[in-house]
Amino acid sequence: MLMYTLKRLLAGVITVWFIATATFIAMHQVPGDPLMNDKAVSPEIRANLEAKYGLDKPVTTQYFIFLSNMLKGDFGISFTQQNRKVNDIIRDHFPVSATLGVLAIFFAATGGVLFGALTAVYRNQMPDVVIMFLVILGISVPSFVFAALGQLMLVNINSFFGYSVIPVAGWGTIWHMLMPSLVLGLTTMALLTRLMRSSMLEVVNEDYIKTAKAKGLSPTRIFFRHQLRNAILPVITVLGPQIAAITTGGFVVELVFAIPGLGRYFVQAVQQLDYTVIMGTTVFYGAFLVFMVIVVDILYGFIDPRVRLS
Amino acid sequence: MRRITVILTCLFIQLTDGTALASPVDFENQTITVAITQEPPQMNSAKATDQVSGLVLGHLMEGLVRYDRRGRLEPGVAERWEMTDEKATFYLRKNALWSDGKPVTAHDFVFAWQTALKPVTASEYSFIFFPIKNAQQINNGELPADKLGAVALDDHTLEVTLERPTAYFIKLTAFNTFFPIREDFFNSKGDKYAANADDLLYNGAFIMTEWKHSASLKMVKNPNYWNKDEITLNAINVDYITADTRARLNLYTDGKIAFTRLDGETYKDALSQRFRIRRFTTGSVFFIEYNHRPEKVTSNLNLRKAIQHVFDPDEMVNRVLAVPGNLRGESIFPVWLNGVEDKFRREYPAPMARYSVATAQQYLDRAREELGGEIPPLVLLVSDSPTATKQGEYMQGLMLNKLGLDVKIDVQTFKQRLAKMTSGDFDMVGAGWGPDFDDIMTFGDLMASWNLNNRGRYNNPAYDRLVQIAMNSTDPKTRMDAMGQAQQILFDDAAVLPQYEQGIIYVLHPKVKGVVRRVVGADPDYTHAKVVP
Repeated sequence: MLMYTLKRLLAGVITVWFIATATFIAMHQVPGDPLMNDKAVSPEIRANLEAKYGLDKPVTTQYFIFLSNMLKGDFGISFTQQNRKVNDIIRDHFPVSATLGVLAIFFAATGGVLFGALTAVYRNQMPDVVIMFLVILGISVPSFVFAALGQLMLVNINSFFGYSVIPVAGWGTIWHMLMPSLVLGLTTMALLTRLMRSSMLEVVNEDYIKTAKAKGLSPTRIFFRHQLRNAILPVITVLGPQIAAITTGGFVVELVFAIPGLGRYFVQAVQQLDYTVIMGTTVFYGAFLVFMVIVVDILYGFIDPRVRLS
Repeated sequence: MRRITVILTCLFIQLTDGTALASPVDFENQTITVAITQEPPQMNSAKATDQVSGLVLGHLMEGLVRYDRRGRLEPGVAERWEMTDEKATFYLRKNALWSDGKPVTAHDFVFAWQTALKPVTASEYSFIFFPIKNAQQINNGELPADKLGAVALDDHTLEVTLERPTAYFIKLTAFNTFFPIREDFFNSKGDKYAANADDLLYNGAFIMTEWKHSASLKMVKNPNYWNKDEITLNAINVDYITADTRARLNLYTDGKIAFTRLDGETYKDALSQRFRIRRFTTGSVFFIEYNHRPEKVTSNLNLRKAIQHVFDPDEMVNRVLAVPGNLRGESIFPVWLNGVEDKFRREYPAPMARYSVATAQQYLDRAREELGGEIPPLVLLVSDSPTATKQGEYMQGLMLNKLGLDVKIDVQTFKQRLAKMTSGDFDMVGAGWGPDFDDIMTFGDLMASWNLNNRGRYNNPAYDRLVQIAMNSTDPKTRMDAMGQAQQILFDDAAVLPQYEQGIIYVLHPKVKGVVRRVVGADPDYTHAKVVP
């Protein structure tokens, strides 16, 4: 088990290094100039800006400087907010995205498992058809549509009651988080529902279910103890990467609901060619994703002993 | 049963976010709540370049002079000033204080200006100081910063020696980059200066007490402000930061914010809600800039003339943009600019091409002859905003239908578009220009051959000469005559194709009065706003 964990960790470190390098190369291939702005500046000012961000050095030198700084955990200063460190940006805004993400995952996981199990139990009956239709909707409709619709719904609810039942945007209380996290979790919820359904259907035909029935166990007991527990394994597998994806993929939701999360910086940095923020957020999220995958792998080993043997 | 309902209702109200009867304005406390479109990227006045930073800074800081509600100059930190061709002397009021209670002195201005000019600061707005003696040399690193022609004669007298006579110098000092910075505070903060609410000293009508990055900021009335009796608002709460116009309209509808700008899409929703829609002309001009580099076909005058004769600014404003508030683009000099006694454009009406496909065809035939046959497809570079793309498509259709010219639209994101503009990789580009100060020169030198923002490399010595006259003369008539002639030259050369003067539409809470919309300076300006019952 220890060897297994160590191996996974080493592979993780190499993956993060690879992500950093690939991003660095790709970023420098993007046409455009991070230091250029609406107002043209004189060559002297430009030279000073280049020196400030080390862009006056050859790209390979820049790369090694970046790597050594990254090992020290320092991503430098943002290009667009010149008095803020990238580390500060991550520290200030990741907790917001993470909170939102955890709540979204909570919605997605409970909803996904519940609806998935439901559709399997009522296979080809009304609940199954309705839920699966909604699942297709959830997978195919982009999140900015859900975000806009969700917000409009809140506006209408509030104007119906004549006072603020749930805030339409902003950040601060649990009430601010409800709608955005629901919207954010919808796609994942749909994915998990589908996964849960197929995995449940597989389990239903297993011999041990027949045995359980033959023993005369109550259907509820069979459902919770035997079916659900076995069927939930694949869901846990995808949950790890999904957690990482959800905490990063909140750009649109953060924009619509005016949430100060890291997703906004992640996307805007690319638009603005903010080199340091691009590298900082990508490496951070990359490391986070890799870490979540490893955690799930290890957890999986605990939940399902068969994994360790193979 | 009834009791249960009451209890349930109470419980329900308790469970909600507690802002029952929400209103973005509060008469008792004189506070308003608003949203801004993005996190202010730079609150160091020596380095700020963008509008949002300018908006926030304009409420927190004060320069030597400021603009009143009608856009006229009024005293700021300077009580009065004297101006000659060589010198400007400012007499600072003794009761102007920083937010920590210390007086604002002439040294604070000298320090701020020197800081902005130091090459190491790399301020993008350093050019705005160039009328001051030695400013350009300092900025180029040829002279030390203390050689700047701005000297504190004593704590309350600031003497500025000019490089050349500058008619509009006083107006410049209202600009952000001219705001004071106190040396000891600046140095004590180092790299963190202006990074957070307590990393900045304030001398304006408001102070920032709270700044949660990308989330909210709070500006409260500055108890040390010399003119505090004139300020009614106790607080401006910027509770939301989002670029999403629809989200902001939703917040407005929900009674969370008192102001929001609308766009083409949200306009209809606001109308259907029966909000009162207000309009404002921002003072910015949008135009097609041609590439005048000799290897480009657009360097051909007859080709540009042909396009000039089929472009109809009315159609652009009414059918393409189709949002109220925009004005016909007739000149690179917008209508609000002042001339000698009246508005410049009334004294020097912009020459207009008479719309005629036949005339355009004649020009086009000549162009074909000069260019040796068929004209290759033209590349029209536009930014990736919906408005810019729509305009590009309109131009594409126009040139194909009226002139039979092929246009390829090259949609690029902000930085890529700038890179292509600078390297000259385009034939035409959708461009715009907004004013920095209230004088015709803020537009006047845009097409000068030495101006780095003249990215199409337009070069006409006659025009350059006129710009020099307007820059160096202090006689209003001479200056405006020169600019009037310059306007004519730009038309004759079809140097650019003016498209429209930008108008915007917005909604404002009916109980908020005194919000000033400005062409130059912080906009919208809530400084003298108040909430009425």
